[in-house]
Amino acid sequence: MIDKEIRKLFPTLNQEINGHPLVYLDSAATSQKPIQVIEAIDNYYRKINSNVHRGVHTLGTWATDAYEGAREKVKNFINAKYVEEIIFTRGTTSAINLVASSYGRSYLKEGDEIVITYMEHHSNLIPWQQVAKVTGATLKYIPLQPDGTMKIEDIKATITDKTKFVAMTQVSNVLGTVNPIKEVVKIAHSYGAKVLVDGAQSVPHMKVDVQELDCDFLAFSGHKMSGPTGIGVLYGKKGILEQMEPVEFGGEMIDFVDLYDSTWKELPWKFEGGTPIIAGAVGLGAAIDFLQSIGMDEIEKHEHELIKYAMEKVDSIDGITIYGPKKNHSSLITFNMDGIHPHDVATVLDTEGIAVRAGHHCAQPLMKWLKVSATARASFYLYNTKEDVDAWINGLIKTKEYFGYVFS
Amino acid sequence: MSSLDELYRRVIMDHYQSPRNRGEIEDADATIQLKNPTCGDQIRLQMKIDDGKIIDCKFDGEGCSISMASASMMTEAIKGLDVNDALDLADRFSKMMLGKDVDTEDFEDIEALQGVCKFPARIKCATLSWKAMEKGINECGCDHDHK
Repeated sequence: MIDKEIRKLFPTLNQEINGHPLVYLDSAATSQKPIQVIEAIDNYYRKINSNVHRGVHTLGTWATDAYEGAREKVKNFINAKYVEEIIFTRGTTSAINLVASSYGRSYLKEGDEIVITYMEHHSNLIPWQQVAKVTGATLKYIPLQPDGTMKIEDIKATITDKTKFVAMTQVSNVLGTVNPIKEVVKIAHSYGAKVLVDGAQSVPHMKVDVQELDCDFLAFSGHKMSGPTGIGVLYGKKGILEQMEPVEFGGEMIDFVDLYDSTWKELPWKFEGGTPIIAGAVGLGAAIDFLQSIGMDEIEKHEHELIKYAMEKVDSIDGITIYGPKKNHSSLITFNMDGIHPHDVATVLDTEGIAVRAGHHCAQPLMKWLKVSATARASFYLYNTKEDVDAWINGLIKTKEYFGYVFS
Repeated sequence: MSSLDELYRRVIMDHYQSPRNRGEIEDADATIQLKNPTCGDQIRLQMKIDDGKIIDCKFDGEGCSISMASASMMTEAIKGLDVNDALDLADRFSKMMLGKDVDTEDFEDIEALQGVCKFPARIKCATLSWKAMEKGINECGCDHDHK
């Protein structure tokens, strides 16, 4: 059971902003960090710090154990089959870029098709545009329904025997749509296409099991799941990762180095050139421990109740457009207020201590599809409460009143 | 006056709701499209420049109240100005956005934007059209062949 006590574990949440208690509704951009994560990183730098995989000394062993221990935690968290399927990256963006640069550029060619969706974050769109430009492959988009979902028939019609790769987000960072990844993977695999899942907005909020999804790749970020910035994960099926060439060369990833040729370490280290993000991995490990101590099912349930409550409340205010599906909506609400630009909405809310996002949310093609230049977004996480929703709703009413007054 | 009232002055909302010089110049000497990549605000600014003087100026675009009002006020202010005087105005406007004391005697409506400097996240909204004007003048090279 998640109760208000959980907020006390997040130091940033316990402060006033512009004279009001902070109501943080921007977790889809980045989450706040619990004290357990902050302390794990602090402890690493105070007591363990050393480079990994090389020193004979004791500190080096401790650092290696901490780093590889975090990898084991990630493996269990997403139920990967092998620990070497977990590659640490800088975040979701660099994880997707790794796959695009390595697998994409080596295995795709002219005439092949890459299937993506209109709801992709720029980080799961531009790498594939680049692959298409370099290889001559074609980018294809699965049509969207007016409510921001995709029909299975459209997915089936877009993925064909020419499709070699499907890149799709599990949860939209704008629409809140939860995509039927398991079905998509089945369809793609029936044509022999590989599937990459952008898990940036799903892994922090729900149980994601890579063996159950059967996806070939999964990318996600530590900082959206109460971990630190600068650490992310690429999961890939072992057989595929083994065939892929590294994209960063140098220290840490090599086996034997000769004057004119070198060989690579085995998985996962061949993809982790240079001194890795050790403290980040330790922090991510602590974040996973924290989330698991609460339970992903519990987190999902809490957010589901919160979003249901928020949807009902926001629906009662006239002049607000909500984007995305009405049902099966993830824990964020993207909206616009009639006649008031989202920046102005966000500024008024900020004066009340309420943090929401305003802008294009790194999804410009989707904004075009929605026929808006920008939207506002309130996103929720395990530490948000119904009181936060109430504060947001009151803030929206105040915004409406304020601009009603200044426009009059 | 609350901090919000300082930001959303009545004259700003008036320019936002009834923008001046919104439209297109068919034979413009400078056409600049600028975007604020972080938020999606965009503006197209056009100027007709003759003998170093801005004889016409129009804008079009999409954005928040601050960015659109600022563009509207700017077009009003620079129409008829010598390009160098327009650049000087832009320079003083940027300084005002940074909270510095500047000569605002000729600012008229623009002075209402002073409150923006207390909202750091919104400064870029206010300066977008001014950046477009500076770019336009610099690109057409008309600041050099005059004065």
